[in-house]
Amino acid sequence: MKEVDARGLSCPEPIMLTAEALKSANGPVKVLVSEPHQKTNVEKLAKDRGKKTTTKEIDTGFEIVIE
Amino acid sequence: MNLYDSRKKLAVAGVLCGVVAAVLAYFGNPANMAFCIACFVRDMAGSLGMHQAEVVQYARPEITGLVLGAFFISVATKEYRSTAGSSPMIRFILGMVIMIGSLVFLGCPLRMVIRMSAGDLNAWVALVGFILGVATGTFALKKGFSLGRSHDTGKESGAVLPILLIGVLVLGVMGLLKASEAGPGSMHAPIILSLLGGLVFGALAQKARMCFAGGIRDVILMKNFDLLTVIGGVFVVMLVFNLAMGKFVVGFDTPGIIAHSEHLWNILGMYAVGFAAVLAGGCPLRQLILAGQGSSDAAVTVLGLFVGAALCHNLGLASSGTALNAETGEVVAGAATPAGKIAVIICIIVCFIIAFTNKRENVK
Repeated sequence: MKEVDARGLSCPEPIMLTAEALKSANGPVKVLVSEPHQKTNVEKLAKDRGKKTTTKEIDTGFEIVIE
Repeated sequence: MNLYDSRKKLAVAGVLCGVVAAVLAYFGNPANMAFCIACFVRDMAGSLGMHQAEVVQYARPEITGLVLGAFFISVATKEYRSTAGSSPMIRFILGMVIMIGSLVFLGCPLRMVIRMSAGDLNAWVALVGFILGVATGTFALKKGFSLGRSHDTGKESGAVLPILLIGVLVLGVMGLLKASEAGPGSMHAPIILSLLGGLVFGALAQKARMCFAGGIRDVILMKNFDLLTVIGGVFVVMLVFNLAMGKFVVGFDTPGIIAHSEHLWNILGMYAVGFAAVLAGGCPLRQLILAGQGSSDAAVTVLGLFVGAALCHNLGLASSGTALNAETGEVVAGAATPAGKIAVIICIIVCFIIAFTNKRENVK
């Protein structure tokens, strides 16, 4: 699974990296972010692209799997 | 509760923030300054004696309120996170650039919107520069600009700035800090109202992710109008307020509103602000909010704002506003100063150097 580690990055980098990964990946993409608003932004982006997300909280933030 | 999951809620948050600004202006804050972050940080820097401009010294409770509002709401909603380590010194410089650009234009992006809502055409001219600056910063982001990762730190680190600002507030209330007896610094709403206004504004801005640079950046980058909706709310409320109070005056060179009509320098001042704000990840307001929710990196940017404000008044970089000469009745046009012009050019060059030397692939 393609992984984007955007933990600790400032906005809008997490969303830019996610968009880039979605463009090039065929299968699911795993995104790691630190902040709640970044989590929501990533989920929103996935929804806009017609994809499903599963999110779980991890020690260092959130892990979102987009498929 | 999220405010940023629907555009309607975001617009409501913007409207509420606009109401706070309007109420504070009604109860004594300088009319179309209402809730200017750059002006208020500058006043606070003056109250601490960091500069000696006697007309702009006052420990604005709004600034303490904003940071505390963001702090309390983020703790309550478990969004508080103490972080640091994403190129702090570069952020410090960006904070200085944001303040210098703001004081050459005479207002931060929030005040630009407030001035636009009062019919001040200079602010509409400056908006062009602001959009171009944000666009340049966005271009750098697309080219891989990054200030690198922040990391979790001890919980206490993120609380330092909020605590320092409580200290400033207490000292100010006790009358131990400098306070202007004339000029904009002497005009203010009652302390308790300013503090409450700041708390409410800060909490709403935290929940709505309000950011003036981000609003335009997201439109350019992703055709996303969410953040711009919040700003639209502030604009509409202030427009109604100005119309109702008879303070809506369309024109350039309007005396008494602390603005000048040197178009090139209004544009370049806000160009520097827009550019630096995108590189720093947010406008001055957003920096205060991020600092409140635990980011030491944003807190360092805020310190850059303070030092930038001190430099502006110590070295004569801040512009003068168009004013009415009380004795002769003549309108004296405000202007950017020669030193301010040089400073803005240096600031823009510095932004370009920062924007195109800090690349994501270099970040480990």
